[in-house]
Amino acid sequence: MRFAVITFPGSNGDHDALKSIEMGLGQPVEPVWYRETDLSRFDCLLIPGGFSYGDYLRAGAIARFAPVMESVAEFARRGGPILGMCNGFQVLTEAGLLPGALLPNGSLQFRSMWVHARVERSDTPWTCKIDDGTVLTLPIAHGEGRYYADDETLERLEANGQVVFRYTDPQGHRDPEFNPNGSVNAIAGICNEARNVVGLMPHPERAFDALIGSDDGMKVLSSVLEAGLATAAG
Amino acid sequence: MSTSSGNGTTRWRADVYVTLKPVVNDPQGLAIRDGLHMLGYNEVRAVRAGKFIQLWVEGDDSATAEERVTQMCDKLLANPVIEQYRFTLAADEANLSE
Repeated sequence: MRFAVITFPGSNGDHDALKSIEMGLGQPVEPVWYRETDLSRFDCLLIPGGFSYGDYLRAGAIARFAPVMESVAEFARRGGPILGMCNGFQVLTEAGLLPGALLPNGSLQFRSMWVHARVERSDTPWTCKIDDGTVLTLPIAHGEGRYYADDETLERLEANGQVVFRYTDPQGHRDPEFNPNGSVNAIAGICNEARNVVGLMPHPERAFDALIGSDDGMKVLSSVLEAGLATAAG
Repeated sequence: MSTSSGNGTTRWRADVYVTLKPVVNDPQGLAIRDGLHMLGYNEVRAVRAGKFIQLWVEGDDSATAEERVTQMCDKLLANPVIEQYRFTLAADEANLSE
């Protein structure tokens, strides 16, 4: 399966994403510079973390207009699996490929720490190998990660099962103490209605080996291999 | 200094105010309010923080400039999911800033 890592000026998690796929998954992966527009050689896209365009105006706001984003939107429309991590999640919401927005953390502080994220839904290409309710240990590193959507959108997300990851305690119970940024409904990650586009604030690509603290991220990244096979077989 | 160039276009200055929608929690505003309380300004009931953006744009008339600035706000300067905006537009006498 061929992975692309979409890279903007100011991305800084691109090499983490590349390494996690090369070393963790042993799959072919290429960085794709924001000026490129041909994504036809790829089976799935990763949008990495960082501070694209310095996070000026709003995180992800300017990356959204990069030339590559038209092709990313087209890839999404065709049902291709896309995973946005941290800044990648912010870019996807700004681009309207995922609902809602990411606001400055409730604490107003940058949070760099390990968190627990409960997998709410295994029916996305990025979670299909994980049992519902599994608690993953993943790192976060962000200043603008407070997920927000208006009440109507939130109700729809919950009703459609579009909340894919939620912040919990280590046992998988919701607790405001374990919500690192004040996200509404403790939302750490969501998917679009078609379920092929997933965004989350934690970094699965920075947890691909126990040596660096956790390999729980591999459960997310390797899921797509199975999803891809299922698509090919179907 | 004239505000018009040879082809009759005018330079306009748009003062754009972007603020969070009233329903969106604003921790920055709360922190500022708490700071003001610590300074003894206990009469401060609420603070909302936002962004102030100035644009210098060229256009034949104010209606066109207004329409274009509205588009800019909708597409980039504000995120309609969380923010609202308003702006004022005036012919720019000073011809500031390139």
